Amino acid sequence: MSELTINPGVEVRNSQLELHHFRLRLAVATGFVLLMFALLFLRFFYLQVVMHDHYHTLAEANRISIVPIVPNRGIIVDRNGVVLAHNYSAYTLEITPSKAGNLDALIDELSTLMEITPKDRRRFNKLMEESRNFESLPIRTRLSDEEIARFAANRYRFPSVEINARPFRQYPQGELFWHVVGHIVVINQRDLDQLEADDLLPNYRGTAYIGKAGLENSYEHFLHGTTGVEEVEVDSGGRAVRTLSRTPPVSGNNLVLKLDAKLQEIVFRAFGDRRGALVAIEPETGGVLAFVSTPGFDPNLFVDGIDPQNWNDLNTSPDRPMVNRALAGTYPPGSTFKPYMALAALTYGKRTPQQVISDPGFFNFGGHVFRDDKVGGHGLVDMYKSLVVSCDTYYYMLANDMGIDNISKFMPKFGFGSRTGIDLAGESAGTLPSQEWKMRRFKQKWYAGETISIGVGQGYNAYTPLQLASAIATLANDGIMFHPHIVDYVENITTHDREVIEPKPLRTLDLKPEHIAIIKQALVGVNHEGTGARAFAGAEYVSAGKTGTAQVIGIKQGEKYVEGRTQERHRDHALFIAYAPADKPKIALAVVVENSGFGAQAAAPIARQVLDYYLLGKEPARPAKDDDSGAGN
Amino acid sequence: MTTVAPAIRRLLRFFTAHVDGLLLGAILLLMAMGLIVLYSASNASMPRVSSQLMNMLVALAVMWVVANIPPHYLMRLSLPAYLLGLALLIGVALFGDVVHGARRWLNVGVTHIQPSELMKIAVPLMLAWYFDRYEATLRLKNYLLAVVFLVVPVGLIARQPDLGTAVLIFSSGCYVLFLAGLSWRIMAGVIASGLASLPFLWSVLHDYQRQRLLMLLDPAQDALGSGYHTIQSTIAVGSGGILGKGWLNGTQTHLDFIPERTTDFIFAVYSEEFGLFGNLILLFLFLLVIARCAVITANAPTLFTRLLAGAITLTFFTYAFVNMGMVSGILPVVGVPLPLISYGGTSLVTICLGFGILMSIQTHKKLVQS
Repeated sequence: MSELTINPGVEVRNSQLELHHFRLRLAVATGFVLLMFALLFLRFFYLQVVMHDHYHTLAEANRISIVPIVPNRGIIVDRNGVVLAHNYSAYTLEITPSKAGNLDALIDELSTLMEITPKDRRRFNKLMEESRNFESLPIRTRLSDEEIARFAANRYRFPSVEINARPFRQYPQGELFWHVVGHIVVINQRDLDQLEADDLLPNYRGTAYIGKAGLENSYEHFLHGTTGVEEVEVDSGGRAVRTLSRTPPVSGNNLVLKLDAKLQEIVFRAFGDRRGALVAIEPETGGVLAFVSTPGFDPNLFVDGIDPQNWNDLNTSPDRPMVNRALAGTYPPGSTFKPYMALAALTYGKRTPQQVISDPGFFNFGGHVFRDDKVGGHGLVDMYKSLVVSCDTYYYMLANDMGIDNISKFMPKFGFGSRTGIDLAGESAGTLPSQEWKMRRFKQKWYAGETISIGVGQGYNAYTPLQLASAIATLANDGIMFHPHIVDYVENITTHDREVIEPKPLRTLDLKPEHIAIIKQALVGVNHEGTGARAFAGAEYVSAGKTGTAQVIGIKQGEKYVEGRTQERHRDHALFIAYAPADKPKIALAVVVENSGFGAQAAAPIARQVLDYYLLGKEPARPAKDDDSGAGN
Repeated sequence: MTTVAPAIRRLLRFFTAHVDGLLLGAILLLMAMGLIVLYSASNASMPRVSSQLMNMLVALAVMWVVANIPPHYLMRLSLPAYLLGLALLIGVALFGDVVHGARRWLNVGVTHIQPSELMKIAVPLMLAWYFDRYEATLRLKNYLLAVVFLVVPVGLIARQPDLGTAVLIFSSGCYVLFLAGLSWRIMAGVIASGLASLPFLWSVLHDYQRQRLLMLLDPAQDALGSGYHTIQSTIAVGSGGILGKGWLNGTQTHLDFIPERTTDFIFAVYSEEFGLFGNLILLFLFLLVIARCAVITANAPTLFTRLLAGAITLTFFTYAFVNMGMVSGILPVVGVPLPLISYGGTSLVTICLGFGILMSIQTHKKLVQS
């Protein structure tokens, strides 16, 4: 092996041959260099000529970012310009979960810079579940200047955290308007799917919130506005370097309501801590003046994402604040049904105003006794007296004479059993019983005995306070009916064009004016000398009303209802319907106070305060107290 | 006047006697281009540019000094330089400072040095010296020993890990072996067995090194991680088109999409702003330097100078090729700067030192021959 050399046999090399070999190798190497450079050139040619368009597009996509500019949401004001919902700008501390590693550790570290409460964490976790992972989510909102400065100094430690100025929705009136104005919530996946189905998704790019309840929901289309677009040049860190083009957003429209904020507040105060609902309507337009469901709830808690504790409280509270009683709560109307029964009787010729019955204090139908509340009865009773003293026997007999078919044919005229079409979502239709309804609902035929209690607003009857208010407003307006509506007009804030929610009459009921006049006269009598007289004693205007008491549970045969013996939740609901002034009604209303007994006691005083304020500007000094000496139902 | 002129002439001769004009011209052109690109790449940072200008002046001074040292002095330095470098490399492996996950720097009291930089020159010197010494009696064992001289420092550097430098030094050693006349049959055998042992090599690579090789096959699989460099630099090159976006107008450059854009990825900046046309000019200038160096190599008088000059020439080519190849996405990302263009003093000095050696070989030839 030692003999093996590169040039075997030649010990002393020929230096010329050596040089020749070397230069040959050098030439080979130079050829290699040229080949490699040619390869590079081909690569450059491929990238810069063949694929240039492709890479040009990629470079532009790198450089240009289409940034949506979220429009300002329209504000909501009452008829006098009192702000019910508006926006303000505040700084939030936001985390992008997809960029952050260990979220808990990150939040722990952030909490050394500013206070992060367990509530903030719970809310953040809830937002995480609901949102797309690549978005930034607020861990803290409404940062103080000091907190901003402290974070800014430590910015470099938190690449996945940033401070953003964001518009926030605020409801300055708090719980007063929750059931009307509603609230907005952070958009979740379900909302996105819906927006996509409605082809609205492009306009919601960058929008974080959407109206979830109340007007915020039903007028979302007007309030949201049109999203603008900004083409910006960004660097690799996503920071904007300069703006290339800009299409400004169009702010959402403002809503101006028919509602009167002060009136709403008075209603709220009048209820105190009782549960119930009140709807007040301007009869000649159908505009809703007050719309209250108690208890309310502060919608501001929803805006940043409600924390699970509050959410839980809200859902499990026995007072059920989430239920919009005015809109979706259905109650037997009790005696407030009687004016319409009387009107039906006149219309169908089943009674004349003068026709008199003798009331023994009960009505016997096939061995089943229907009792009047007054032992011994009201004596001789004509139509006027039947309403003024609220005589049950008169209406037991009347219902029996009319039959269920006539009742279920007449009542829809006033909107009983169908949605009023108010500009809020989630309205309940209530229940107007009829033979078909019972067959559909229970697969049973109607028994004639069931008609009797329908006559006094009990039985299967169940209507929303809104329906009761709409019906009394229609009666007050001599049968000209409107869709009740909360919004007066929608105002474009740049052009100041107004889109008025037209007060066009929905229909005019085919009722004889003289019949209506008879009923209206009797309702004036109720507040003047009947069951509403005590509540309206000394009123400086002439009002019309009707008390009502709705049974929550049935009372056994031969037993008398005694309030004190009944569990609170099983006590009767107090109702009152009214309008005033009697000759030219400006306001009509319906009140329901849950589990409060007689309508004259609990509900009529609230109506009195509302009318006093609305017609005279009188502010009550204290919540409406039950008028406990009153009698009648 | 008559006394001054010869004095000036003598001074001029002193400065230019050992300078190769053609090579210097090509180098200065490349350096000038480097400053122009750097101005753009650094977002018009004059401090950056003037600091690079200082680096260049230092490198040119080093080049001049080395050009004036006759090759036989260099020859005497070969073994000590190699042994010193090796000792320092072992020192790094044992006591080196870890910076960015790599153990490359050694604290020698007054300053931190990177011994692998020294080895870029010391390894070809050593091999050239070794082959020259046994020129008359070259046998296979000499080549085997030369391979050991090469593999030991390369292995130490690859372990730091510094794949770029290891590749450069390894290739410089291979060039010496090739030019020293290693038989074609053995080379073919080595290449074949090298390919066969790829799976083994794969297993000894560091994770990040494997990652980079994988990225080359499909950069998009980790677009925000390891593949990011390659994707963004390829976009920069491709979007440059034929004529480029114009100086200071590269969007990939100025919006910060190109990482390391003043150093290893400066070619992406150049290519984006000057396009295919600019690339051709750059390739031409590099070729000009290589061609001049090849001529010097071909005319070098001794085996030592021939091998040394050849290795320096081809290593310069390797720098340029590997860098442009990695920026344009056909080679994995290894830390190799674009010679004479990338910002940074160390590599500039190393490269100019090489050119100084070439100039020395070229200009001391007559003396040796006479």
